[in-house]
Amino acid sequence: MLRYVFRRLLTAIPTLFVIVTMAFFLMRVAPGGPFNQERGLSPEIKANLEAQFGLNDPLWLQYVHYLGNLLRGNFGPSYNMPDFTVTELFAKGLPISVQLGASALILALLLGSVLGTIAALNQNKLGDYTVIALATAGSTIPTFVIAPVIQLLFGLTWKLLPIGGWGDGAFINKVGPVLTLALPQIAIVARLMRGSMIESLRSHHIRTTRALGLSDWSVVVKHALRGAILPIVSFTGPAAAALLTGSVIVETIFSIPGVGRYFVDAALNRDYTLVMGTVVVIAIFTIVFNLIVDVMYAVVDPRVRYD
Amino acid sequence: MLKNMLKATVFATTMAVAAGAFYSPAFAESVYNRGTAAESESVDPHKTSTVYEANVLRDLFQGLVMQDEKANLIPGAAESWTVSDDGTVYTFKLRKDGMWSDGSPVTADDFVYAFHRLEDPATGAEYASMLYPVKGAEDVNTKKGKPEDMGVKAVDANTLEVTLKAPTPYFLEMLTHQATYPVSKASIEKLGADWIKPGNLVSNGAYTLAEWVPNDHMKLVKNPKFWDAATVKFDVVNYIPTEDRSSAMKRFEAGELDSYDDLPTEQLADLKTKFGAQIHVGPYLGTYYYAIKTDKAPWNNPELRNAISMAIDRDFIAEKVWQNSMLPGYSMVPPGIEGYTPAMAKYADMPQIDREDAAKKILEKLGYTPEHPLKMEIRYNTSENHKNTAVAIQEQLKPLGVDVTLLNTDTKTHYSFLEQKGDYDVARAAWIADYKDPETFLGISRKASGNNYSNYNSPAYEAAMDKAAAAGGKPEERMKELSEAERILVDDVGQIPLLYYSYHDIVSSKLHGFVDNVMDVHPSRFVSKD
Repeated sequence: MLRYVFRRLLTAIPTLFVIVTMAFFLMRVAPGGPFNQERGLSPEIKANLEAQFGLNDPLWLQYVHYLGNLLRGNFGPSYNMPDFTVTELFAKGLPISVQLGASALILALLLGSVLGTIAALNQNKLGDYTVIALATAGSTIPTFVIAPVIQLLFGLTWKLLPIGGWGDGAFINKVGPVLTLALPQIAIVARLMRGSMIESLRSHHIRTTRALGLSDWSVVVKHALRGAILPIVSFTGPAAAALLTGSVIVETIFSIPGVGRYFVDAALNRDYTLVMGTVVVIAIFTIVFNLIVDVMYAVVDPRVRYD
Repeated sequence: MLKNMLKATVFATTMAVAAGAFYSPAFAESVYNRGTAAESESVDPHKTSTVYEANVLRDLFQGLVMQDEKANLIPGAAESWTVSDDGTVYTFKLRKDGMWSDGSPVTADDFVYAFHRLEDPATGAEYASMLYPVKGAEDVNTKKGKPEDMGVKAVDANTLEVTLKAPTPYFLEMLTHQATYPVSKASIEKLGADWIKPGNLVSNGAYTLAEWVPNDHMKLVKNPKFWDAATVKFDVVNYIPTEDRSSAMKRFEAGELDSYDDLPTEQLADLKTKFGAQIHVGPYLGTYYYAIKTDKAPWNNPELRNAISMAIDRDFIAEKVWQNSMLPGYSMVPPGIEGYTPAMAKYADMPQIDREDAAKKILEKLGYTPEHPLKMEIRYNTSENHKNTAVAIQEQLKPLGVDVTLLNTDTKTHYSFLEQKGDYDVARAAWIADYKDPETFLGISRKASGNNYSNYNSPAYEAAMDKAAAAGGKPEERMKELSEAERILVDDVGQIPLLYYSYHDIVSSKLHGFVDNVMDVHPSRFVSKD
């Protein structure tokens, strides 16, 4: 298994290299640069700025410099926020996005699995219909609707939560964004769990355990759940990569200083280094979580072996 | 068991939410939570470009002159100044009690250092042009001259002498701009690039920088070394960027923000009903205009440009599209600059229906009818209101036989295209005043200006602007000459002014000293709270 993990990590290096190269050149294809703005700059001032950030070098040289810096762990300065390096921005923002994303993911996995299991155990009964209805609503109502509704109800009407802001990481400031992030994921997990649990409960293997006279608890939790959890494990990889690297909508509406916003803002501002930084971070998260999922598969399903 | 687990989860969530009801931050100090629509880019006065950091820097630093709560010019780090008879030499006497936040005195040397740093090409200052009126400054910035030849010198620790290339009556107004603020030479030399970090930043204004979490808050605390600290009311000013305007309204309603410098303008009517006098809307020195390609057929015909401009119903756009958060505009220089009368388009007072008839006649004379339409493309940068403005104009021009197509690109693409003087017909643009003088609005239509997206090139206009510049020493005459230059520009339709900007703030009724003004400038040191 260790060899497998090591091999996967090694193959991630060329993947990352291709991603970085493509992102670097694709960014430069987009018209406009970091210093185009409503108030136009004189050519001399623009040249001074470009020289300061090495943007007057030939593109290939900029690319070589960028790769060299990246290998040393230096993501460069942000063009749009020159008081910060990209690394500093990520050092501040990433832990916040990770906290919110991880909370939302755990909540979604726990609550979604429980709801899905309840639905499966009560198939075609009221409990099932309720879960399905809630899950359909949860996965179809967009985040930009859920977030303002949470702000309105919990913040303004009932005054239980702040409307926005990070509040230096106070628990209460996290509730709204975590709920907003988690609700659609809970719905997805519940639906996945319901389907796979029904399938699992109908399998010969489970029928046998029932015939052996094992308790409902033992049948469901010890035997059926193990098989039913595989689709959830597959779902967790990409979901974790997406959730942990922040959500533009949730961070914007709740004024959360995470990194989710950087991707869109930086792309619109042509803040090349910041865009590259977000691409690298998202790529690493995706690679790592896909690997974790594959390893988890082997743990959950004894038939899966990688050696 | 599963039910129990579910119950436990629900219980835990309820408890967690309920616990929040008792959470309320307790501050012993007086705090001003100041909402802004965007994050500051930098707190280095020489690296800033937006109005958002202008507000922060006005609190952190003090230039030679400053603005009061009504945006009037008042002494800042300089307590007095004299101007030579020929209007080119300014001698500033610095306050003897002026101090940096580390307790060291603010000296003329600091200003010399700051002015040199602003012009140094290696600084990459976007607003280096703010000191171009100073002798030799532009040469330094364009690598043609040396800093020591710049017209700025410290006569003694408290006397700064600035020599200009030519009389520049708006020079003092320019000095209210953040790019001209001083920076601590000792601090930068000691800390290098880290001088700007919270805790390190040495400033000479009413506040110092305590914390900065990008996209969350910037905490400014009162500077006890500030010469006028006794009159500063707030101990803490938190700048809180809230990009989502609807969320900002909820945060204001919940008391999380004491003021906010923008509004969701599409909800303006409802907001006025809900918040009453807390909604502040009024004229702001900014012009929303369409650049029109004056050097490309058929737009090189002033008569045609005039017909298009005349036919646009600005009242409709201001009222319906912008919900009265903009005002109809007929001149490049918006009203509100003391001593200056903007030159309005001649049809400004004509009823709209007559304007359309007149425009139709011109277009017919030029051979454009609904059967043989004039093709016109409007380019605009992404924004719902820019789009709606263009759509409204498209509809307004259709009956006159103008076939308008729209092209939307993101802001960077849009301005990059305009800067490169790409091939377009009409393009959305805007100009916001950096200082209170008509020159800032009229300069963009000069032949050599990089912002002259219309490629407007009129010898008569150039001559009139030169004449105004030559009258630098005589303010009244200068204003008259500028107005005459604007008359030429407006009659030529070198640009199509459409709307004047307005400020739109929401301000708690508990705040005092937040006085409406055309620059939308509200230094925190003059604001207090019940």
